[in-house]
Amino acid sequence: MVAVTKKDFQTDQEVRWCPGCGDYAILASVQRVMPTLGIPKEKIIFISGIGCSSRFPYYMNTYGFHTIHGRAPAIATGVKVSNPELSVWVITGDGDALSIGGNHLIHALRRNINIKILMFNNRIYGLTKGQYSPTSEPGKKTKSTPMGSIDQPFTPLSVALGANASFVARSVDREAKHLEMVLKRAAEHKGTAFVEIFQNCNVFNDGAFLHFTTKGTKADTQLHIQHGKPLLFGADKQRGIRLGGLHSLTPEVVTLGENGVTERDILVYDETDTSGTLPFLLSKLEPPVAPIPLGVFRAIERPTYDEGVNAQVADAQNKSPDASIEKLLKGGDTWVVS
Amino acid sequence: MTASPTQMVNLPRPKGRPVDLESAVIRFSGDSGDGMQLTGSQFTNTAALAGNDLVTFPDFPAEIRAPAGTLFGVSGFQLNFAAKSIYTPGDAPDVLVAMNPAALKVNLSDLKTGGILIINQDAFTPANLDKAGFTSNPLEDDSLNAYRLFAIDIGTQTERALAETGLSFKEVGRAKNFWTLGLLYYLYDRPLEYTLRFIEQKFKSKETIAEGNRLALKAGYLYGDVSEIFQETYEINSAQLEPGLYRNITGNQATAWGAIAAGQQAGLPLFYGSYPITPASDVLHELSRHKHFGVKTVQAEDEIAAVAATIGAAWTGQLAMTGSSGPGIALKGEAIGLAVAAELPLVVLNVQRAGPSTGMPTKTEQADLLQAMFGRNGESPVAIVAPQSPADCFEMMIEAFRLALGYMVPVIVLSDGYLANGSEPWKIPDVAALPKVKATFQTTPSDDFHPFQRDEDTLARVWPKIGSPGLEHRIGGLERSYETGHISYDPDNHQRMTEVRAKKIEGMARTIPDLKVYGSEQGGDILLLGWGSTFGAMRQATQIGREQGLDVSHAHLRYLNPFPRNLSELLHRFKRVIVPEMNTGQLLMLLRSRYLIPAEGLNKIEGKPFRVSEILSAIHGEKNKSRGQPW
Repeated sequence: MVAVTKKDFQTDQEVRWCPGCGDYAILASVQRVMPTLGIPKEKIIFISGIGCSSRFPYYMNTYGFHTIHGRAPAIATGVKVSNPELSVWVITGDGDALSIGGNHLIHALRRNINIKILMFNNRIYGLTKGQYSPTSEPGKKTKSTPMGSIDQPFTPLSVALGANASFVARSVDREAKHLEMVLKRAAEHKGTAFVEIFQNCNVFNDGAFLHFTTKGTKADTQLHIQHGKPLLFGADKQRGIRLGGLHSLTPEVVTLGENGVTERDILVYDETDTSGTLPFLLSKLEPPVAPIPLGVFRAIERPTYDEGVNAQVADAQNKSPDASIEKLLKGGDTWVVS
Repeated sequence: MTASPTQMVNLPRPKGRPVDLESAVIRFSGDSGDGMQLTGSQFTNTAALAGNDLVTFPDFPAEIRAPAGTLFGVSGFQLNFAAKSIYTPGDAPDVLVAMNPAALKVNLSDLKTGGILIINQDAFTPANLDKAGFTSNPLEDDSLNAYRLFAIDIGTQTERALAETGLSFKEVGRAKNFWTLGLLYYLYDRPLEYTLRFIEQKFKSKETIAEGNRLALKAGYLYGDVSEIFQETYEINSAQLEPGLYRNITGNQATAWGAIAAGQQAGLPLFYGSYPITPASDVLHELSRHKHFGVKTVQAEDEIAAVAATIGAAWTGQLAMTGSSGPGIALKGEAIGLAVAAELPLVVLNVQRAGPSTGMPTKTEQADLLQAMFGRNGESPVAIVAPQSPADCFEMMIEAFRLALGYMVPVIVLSDGYLANGSEPWKIPDVAALPKVKATFQTTPSDDFHPFQRDEDTLARVWPKIGSPGLEHRIGGLERSYETGHISYDPDNHQRMTEVRAKKIEGMARTIPDLKVYGSEQGGDILLLGWGSTFGAMRQATQIGREQGLDVSHAHLRYLNPFPRNLSELLHRFKRVIVPEMNTGQLLMLLRSRYLIPAEGLNKIEGKPFRVSEILSAIHGEKNKSRGQPW
C-alpha cells in the first residue's frame, strides 16, 4: 500500500507534548511531506533517542524505534546497513545529538550513511525540566546554572560541516513551507542529511528564536539561501552578504546602493562547493549581527557507507559463490585420526 | 612415525633411539620482538599434524614492542603435546627456551627441576643482565645447577648460517627464532615440512628473507645433530583421539566460525558490530575475512555504537552479534538493557580479561560473571552461556544464537583471554548434524497484531520483518503494555512484564541439557564445579585425584543463566562442593544464594589459568591459600 495522505501517517496515540510546543508543527510538516516522497509507508523508519523530540516515532504510523539517549544514529546505522532499501529517519534534539550522542552524530556524518537526521534545536533540556543544553547561549540562567551558564555553545551546522556532512540544512518549526521544502531536499539526498530545525520550547525556553521569527521583522532577520542565487534579504531584497574584502573571509552585511555596493558584490551561493568554507562562514551568522541563514547550506555527493558495506559483501560473494561451512571448517591444515 | 618427512629435505633423523614420552611441555620465551608467538604456533601446528593431542597457552604483554630486554616485555608461549588426551597447557615446562636474561628471570621458577633449559647466551650481556635485575651472570654462577642447561650462542650460530644471504644484521637477528625452532624440532624428532611451507607462503614476496629463515631452521636442526649436545632425544606418538578429521583451532577463531555457522543454519546474514579491544579483536578480524558468507562487519566509533548498530540490525531481522571484553561490555550495558526491554535477539560476546578498569588486557580472568548477570539497570535478565575450551566456542556460539532467536532475548557468551588465544585439536563436526537455529519472522498482518504478541510456550515475542506492509509498529525502551504493546506506566502491568522477562530466561532451561557428572555420578565426597576455561585443569585434576583413590568428581557449567534444571539435585549428591574460579567467588555466590549450600571457593586472580596442582591441593583438603578468599 502506498500512502497518499498525511492521515495515513498519523497514529492513534495521544500526542503528549506540551500544548503550544514547536514539535507539533514539525510533526505536521513531516506527516505532510511523507506522502509526497513516493516511498511505501512500510519502508519508512523513524528512530529516535531520548528527549521530548524523541517521542516523535510514536506519533508516526510507520516503523519506529524509540531507543536510548544519544544512540539513535548508531542504531539507524545498523538498520540501514542491514536493509539499504529502507528510508531511515533519525529524530533527535540538541542534547541528544550534540551532548550525549555527539560521537555517533559526527561519525554518522563522516561515514555518510544514507540516513536523514532531523535535529530539533530548542537550546534547552526540556524533558528533564529545563537545564541549559550544548546550544544554549552563554550566561543562560537555568535550574542548573543559577548564576548563568559558563559553557560556550556549539553551532550545530558548524559541527556537521566540520564532520564533512554531505547535506546540511536548517529550517524553523513555524515556517512550514520552508521546512517542508528542506525535508524534501533531505529525503532526496543520497547520504547523511543533517537538518537543524529551530523549535520553540514554550515552557522552558519560550521565544528563544523570536529575534528572527517575529512576523513583522523576519524579512530583515532571515536569509533564505538558494543555490546559484545571490545572498540577498530584506523585504525588497536590498540587503545582502559579501565577504569583507580581498583579504578577509568575514561575511558582512551590506545594502545595495550604499557605499557603491551593487549586486555584483553580493556572494552567489553554491551548495555544491566541496570545500565547505562558505557554508561554515554562514553557519555562524545570527541576529543581531546578521540575519539567520536558512535553507540548504550544503549538498554534495560522496560514496555512502551502506552502499560500501553491501558492495564489499556482494563482491566477496561473487568471488566465492560456493562458500560453505564444510569448506570453511576443512580449509587449511587438517589431519585424519583413524 | 612411519614416514620420515625430515628426510624429504635431506636432514638426518636424530641419532640413537629417541626416548618415548607420553607428553611434553615446552615454553618458548623471549622479548616481545623475538617472535616467540610465531615459534610456538609453528611447533603447535607441527605437533597437531603429527596427531598429538595438545593445548597451548600464549602469554604476552600488552605492549606491542616493549623496550628490549625488560622484564615486562617478555613474551611466552607454552605448549603441552601428548600421546594421550590432555586438557591443560601443563603446570610446569619440561623445556624452557629463554632468548634473553629477562625471559630467564620471568620463567625460570616454573621450570621443572631437572628440566631442559635452552638459553641464547649471546643475549647475556652485562647490559641485558642488568635490565633483568641479575647481579651476577647466572650462566657463570651455580644458580642453574638444578637444570639441564644448554647455553648456546644462538645469535652467532644464526649469523654464521646466514652469512651468505646478504641479509642485514637486523634481518639475520630476526631469524634466531627459526634457528631455535629447528633445534627443538631435532630434540623432539619433528619434521620441518610444515614450517618450510609456512615460510614459503608467509615470505612469498621476500625471497631472501624466506631463504634466510629456511637456512636458520635447518641450521638449528643440524646443530642438534652435529653438536651432539643432547644425550637423548624424544618421541611423542600420536594420541588415540576419536577417529575423524581434525584441525587445530583457537578460541577466537572457533567463536567467529560458530557465528558464521549459526548464520548459515538460520539462513540469516550475520551482522557483527564491534570496536577493537584486546583480547576480542581477533573475532572482528576473522569475521571481516568471511564476507562471502554474507557477513557484515561494522567497526564502530565506540563500544556503545557497536552494540547500538547491532541492535538496529537485530530489529531489522539480521543475525546480530556484538563483541568486546569487560571494559567494553560495561559501556554496552545500557544498550543491552534496551535489547532486554525491546525483546530483541542479540548475542553479546565477552572475551574476559583481568580487571578492574583497564586491568591487564592480555591476561585472563573470569570476573565478569556477575556483570553479565546483573550489570544493567533495573530487572534486566539475559541468558548466559560459557564455552569450556577453545573448540567449544564453536558449539556454544551456535547455541547462543539458538537461544537468542528462540526466545527473543540477549544472550551473553563468556569467553576469556585464555580460551581466545589458546588452541587445541578439534574434530571437525559433521556439518549436516549441526544444531538447527531457527528464525521465525512475521511478514503478514494478523488479527490485532502488536509487536509484543507472544508464543504461549516460550513467551518469545513475534519478530515482525521490518519493511513488511501492515506490520508498522513502534517499540522502545519505555515499559509497554502486555496486552497492547503500547507505552504503559500501569503498576500491575510492570510487575507482569518484569515476570515475563524473567520467565523467558527461566523457560530456556527446558531446552538445555542436564549437567553431567564426570566421576561418581551417583554422588560422593567431592564435586568440583566450574565454568568456562577452568575446564581443562579441573578435568585433569579430577582424573589424577581419582587415580590416587580420591572420590572426586567434576561437573562443568556451560549454561550459567538459566542453570541446568538438575543442578540443585546434583549439588546435593555430594558432601563437598568446591568451586574453582579465576575470580573471588562469583559462581560461588550465585550457587550459595540460590541453593543455600555451603559450597567452597577456590579462587585465583593472578591473570593466569589454574595449574592442575593447585586444584589437586584443594581436593586433598589443603587450605585454600589463594589470596582472594572471599566469603
